[in-house]
Amino acid sequence: MNWDFIFKYLPLYERAALLTVKIGLSGIFFALLIGLVCAAVRCYQVPFADQLAAAYIELSRNTPLLIQLFFIYYGLPKVGLSIKPEACGVIGLAFLGGSYMAEAFRSGLESVDKIQWESAASLGLNSAQTLGWVILPQALSTSVPALVANVIFLLKETSVFSAISLMDLMFTAKDLIGLYSKTTESLFLLVVFYLIILLPVSVAGSLLERRLRHAGFGD
Amino acid sequence: MPDLGIEVLFKGTNMLRLLQGLWVAMRISLISVLISMPLGILVGALMTVKNKAVHAVFKVYLEVIRIMPQLVLLFLVYFDTTKVWRINLSGEAAAIIVFVLWGTAEMGDLVRGALVSIPKHQYESSQALGLGRLQTYVYVIIPQTLRRLLPLSINLITRMIKTTSLVLMIGVVEVLKVAQQIIEANRMTTPNAAFGVFLVVLMLYFVVCWPISMLARQLERKWS
Repeated sequence: MNWDFIFKYLPLYERAALLTVKIGLSGIFFALLIGLVCAAVRCYQVPFADQLAAAYIELSRNTPLLIQLFFIYYGLPKVGLSIKPEACGVIGLAFLGGSYMAEAFRSGLESVDKIQWESAASLGLNSAQTLGWVILPQALSTSVPALVANVIFLLKETSVFSAISLMDLMFTAKDLIGLYSKTTESLFLLVVFYLIILLPVSVAGSLLERRLRHAGFGD
Repeated sequence: MPDLGIEVLFKGTNMLRLLQGLWVAMRISLISVLISMPLGILVGALMTVKNKAVHAVFKVYLEVIRIMPQLVLLFLVYFDTTKVWRINLSGEAAAIIVFVLWGTAEMGDLVRGALVSIPKHQYESSQALGLGRLQTYVYVIIPQTLRRLLPLSINLITRMIKTTSLVLMIGVVEVLKVAQQIIEANRMTTPNAAFGVFLVVLMLYFVVCWPISMLARQLERKWS
């Protein structure tokens, strides 16, 4: 292990890790938004939008992110839609993640019994109050494990961004292996940086799950 | 109708080559699934053993494999084996090693989850009915475990199929690589091929994965 090499190229990895986190977080943010909208549309069976959301969820869940990205990055410009690599990354991640988040939110919403709506109504709460104080807290606490798993899954999926020439961690590692043939050092840094990104999320996720389990009803 | 470049696939043997590329990806996932399912069942069963050392070893294996992106694992196995151990692995062999390691970890976790979800009173009731240990497992525990496990493991298969698209990045010539070759070769005559060809590849994956996902959902609905 050549430590001089490691310290020399540490800043390159830092920059790459920041890019990974930046695109990852933006993608996850939009995925949550898409997921929330799709889950609401599907849960309340809004005509037409319901079928559209269902089709989108099937398409997005049954195709790999890498190919979605290739289509967005190389395919769409051919019909006049040129998108920058960073934006492609965010769009791809949001497209993929939206369906996973939608399923997580939906299972949460469906787990709340109908009687909760009726009890809230009989207590004199209006529908906004019912949603905010009664339904969502219970639905979210059911959804949290799946949401956390999705966040980690999406952060891991960011590793394919190097394929659309984004200078992320994989790109940096591959570049250094190609240039200097310092394979062990490059891969060591790659693993360390992914651990720095993913371990805290994983630990925070399991803490959050444990904390929210108290909000559960009936067990 | 604008030129979408799909017609390039009807030239010569292009479509056939694309399907052969798809078969390369499917072969990798099929072999990995066939090896990692039984191994995963074994690991999952071992995870429920009370022995703390056994539990700790598998827990570490599971967590390490599951926290790393699959692409990082591919890089580790593909580049490091050549460099450190002087073994020249083909991309396909490296991919199968990684997908077996990863699939076994995921399957092991599913099996463990299904096993611990069986309430203790199922064991106790069987005992009260006079069933032996083997009978308890064969007639009571395993049928219930399978019902929980089967939809989840079918979903895992689609995840493994989708993940095989990554092998492009370690130089395996599979469907995506063939697609790139076709697009490059027809750059002059069909400049828009990237749109049509990648769309077709996307649809090919969908056609493979969607029926499997539907099967998983149907089983889930039937048994829950």
